Amino acid sequence: MSAAAGRDVILKLEDVSKVYAGTVAVKHANFEVRKGAVNVLVGENGAGKSTLMKIIAGVEQPTAGRILLEGEEVSFSSSGDAVNRGIGMVFQELNLFGNLTVAENIFATREITNRFRKIDRKDQERRAAQFLERLEAGIRPDMLVEDLRIGQQQLVEIAKAVSLDARILIMDEPTSALSAAEVEILFKVIADLKARGVAIVYISHRLEELIRIGDYITVLRDGRITGQEEMKNVDTQWIVRQMIGSDAKDFAKADGHVPGEEIFRAEDICLPRATGGLAVDHVSLSLRAGEILGIYGLMGAGRSELFDCIMGRHGQATGAIFIAGKEVRERDTTRRIRRGLALIPEDRQREGLVSILSVASNLTLASLSRFVRLFHIRGTEEKQAVTQMVRELTIKVADPAQEVSSLSGGNQQKVVIGKALLTGPKVLLMDEPSRGIDVGAKADVFRTMRRLSRDGLGILFATSDLDEVMALSDRIAVMSNGKLTGMFDRAEATEAALVAASALGHGPAPHTETDAHD
Amino acid sequence: MTDIPAKAAASSASSGSALLTLMKLRTFIALIAVLVFFSIAAPNFLSTANLILMSKHVALNAFLAMGMTFVIITGGIDLSVGSIVGLCGMVAGYLVLNGIDLQIGYTVYFNVFEIALITLAVGILIGAVNGLLITRLNVAPFIATLGVLYVARGLALLSSDGRTFPNLVGKPELGTTGFGFLGAGRLLGLPVAIWILIVVALAAAYLAKYTPLGRHIFAVGGNERASRISGVRVNMVKMFVYMFSGFCAAIVGLIISSELMASHPATGESFELNAIAAAVLGGTSMSGGRGTIGGTIVGAFVIGILSDGLVMMGVSSFWQMVIKGLVIIVAVVVDQAQRRLQSRVTLMQMAKAG
Repeated sequence: MSAAAGRDVILKLEDVSKVYAGTVAVKHANFEVRKGAVNVLVGENGAGKSTLMKIIAGVEQPTAGRILLEGEEVSFSSSGDAVNRGIGMVFQELNLFGNLTVAENIFATREITNRFRKIDRKDQERRAAQFLERLEAGIRPDMLVEDLRIGQQQLVEIAKAVSLDARILIMDEPTSALSAAEVEILFKVIADLKARGVAIVYISHRLEELIRIGDYITVLRDGRITGQEEMKNVDTQWIVRQMIGSDAKDFAKADGHVPGEEIFRAEDICLPRATGGLAVDHVSLSLRAGEILGIYGLMGAGRSELFDCIMGRHGQATGAIFIAGKEVRERDTTRRIRRGLALIPEDRQREGLVSILSVASNLTLASLSRFVRLFHIRGTEEKQAVTQMVRELTIKVADPAQEVSSLSGGNQQKVVIGKALLTGPKVLLMDEPSRGIDVGAKADVFRTMRRLSRDGLGILFATSDLDEVMALSDRIAVMSNGKLTGMFDRAEATEAALVAASALGHGPAPHTETDAHD
Repeated sequence: MTDIPAKAAASSASSGSALLTLMKLRTFIALIAVLVFFSIAAPNFLSTANLILMSKHVALNAFLAMGMTFVIITGGIDLSVGSIVGLCGMVAGYLVLNGIDLQIGYTVYFNVFEIALITLAVGILIGAVNGLLITRLNVAPFIATLGVLYVARGLALLSSDGRTFPNLVGKPELGTTGFGFLGAGRLLGLPVAIWILIVVALAAAYLAKYTPLGRHIFAVGGNERASRISGVRVNMVKMFVYMFSGFCAAIVGLIISSELMASHPATGESFELNAIAAAVLGGTSMSGGRGTIGGTIVGAFVIGILSDGLVMMGVSSFWQMVIKGLVIIVAVVVDQAQRRLQSRVTLMQMAKAG
């Protein structure tokens, strides 16, 4: 559309640097945001994308450099300042108040009041409904945010940013929790905003997405800008090259080893949902030693819940699990870990790490009993195990006594994996093991998965990334709506078949994921 | 490429650790400051007799503060310790005077050692009640221990109808003599109470640093969900910390009764506040996950010396309260400032390096 008309630069960063404890996040960045266009920003995790955006949105102040808004130098001391100048942001971490309604969240700090300074709830909800309607999410403005699925919460966050009527709208990984249908809707909204001359800054790890909707692309690596191009001049290879400095989407090749005996079996696992129905609906599956079984499914398909059931995190779960043919009767996580199960949870910060403890303490947290004589932790043995794990998983850390929160996302994920491996598991459950980590760390994680399967571990891994599940799995299970809707050998699996299976059972359901592409 | 950030991290880490030691010394500096100040301002302050007297006072608070430290590290709070002190003192006093009437015309009297064990068991039991309320019934620690605070105090008053159990010398023919040893006895010139403190403190510090349970206490306070998924028995850890706190309170109850040779049901009122103050002064973070036994002991000494010193100087007790409050606030403010300073110094180092 009116692309040529709206291509002037609205915001410019000149020689901006930002230093944090532990890292230089952004180094001498020059970045331009153009009006009426989608300005895409990519880079590995920890490359500095989020920091750069937080600087633009006024959340963080640059250590050095200047920001020019329409040619005029500005400095934002808070996000409020930036909002006043027409800059809105959808944050990667959801910044919502779970205990407030959707409408209250959308108008937080900008409450609509009547003459007596009382909040006009009706008007707020009416106007919130308009924004929500555009997102076709089926979210009522009077619902509490904590009652929404993560994907829906993300849509609320987007509605909130859109409602700012911003001239510049920053979206930091807006699709990370959205279903394919919801992504389509979001793209429509973006196209609409673009047509109205809004400058959009779009950050994502999903390259297909970027290439589809981007107009300009900027690549960050290690806090430096390594490439800036018009999207039509670039391809995936170019982006990846700028991101990691070499050609790769490295899934680590299969080594052709043959899986052994059955090592794990789940029979008829069920988990009731709090709101009625089943979150995990009679799921049975079997896994052989040395086999990687990928579980593909959309958000909310019940993959994480299945893992939780297997680990014994839900008292109400029913069904039976077997390790190497023997039933696991232990119902609590502690003893199931001892039986050889280990989980790498999806949410690193909330469930994976104790962020104020050191890298070493986190690594050995689940396996301390290995280093204990009577009740004494033998320091040298613990240290040895830590050093070995750090080397094996190539965790980049100067000193394992450092707090784990000082590491980058990818290295934190490796710590979580190392913690699980130190328990000496027979079966490893990995929930979105590559989520939110950079390409280099991803490759490391995939290589580790291959190595472990060669060593005879059974690996169950859940993902919503088609490429990943196709490339890594020996077999692929598909879940949808709590049910197992497909089981494919790698040889016979096609992307189309997986996608079809992952959409089964999504009728005119409680969530509006149907009829999105009318 | 990899060795440059590594070097930078190493250099910042070393300056960080230097600051960290300074941070740890903060309470120590305060301790030395109060010692120096009072030895100049208050005559006889440095006499051996006075120092031993003071350390006995400090010991009482230090016991409670150690129990409190573990509880706070797990992210909880124990308001009931003062009442447990009172109740345990009453239990000990009752047993010395009355023994247990078996209702069949028989009364069992225990010797002092057995009485001490029973009293400690009572303290641990009340801690277990706290723990069960918190882990099984999901009552918030503040509320659960507040409830137990009232219940235990009420029971202490009921046990004697509010009267004091006086004159706990015991009767030689019943084998109940020697109760005064805990409070007044000495070994190698030091009061028994101090020896007990040293033993318990060393054990607690060892537990925190070198045992899985200690590691788990910190992990639970840092991130309960992650600990659970890692197989940490979170409920057991919490049970332990409240039971340990109850145990420490029982020791204090015993020592006070033994010192006075009498048990008074109101003993220990507001002791919990001093214990929290000592823990916080020693660097324990109220949000959980951070704290040390050593820091807490030093914190207890600062508070104890401060109040005893002010008494010796003849400062009014009203002013003492104001000063104590200010010291606690200043300590926490300095703690925060130092953390900020530390991160800023690290930033500068990083900027210089890269």
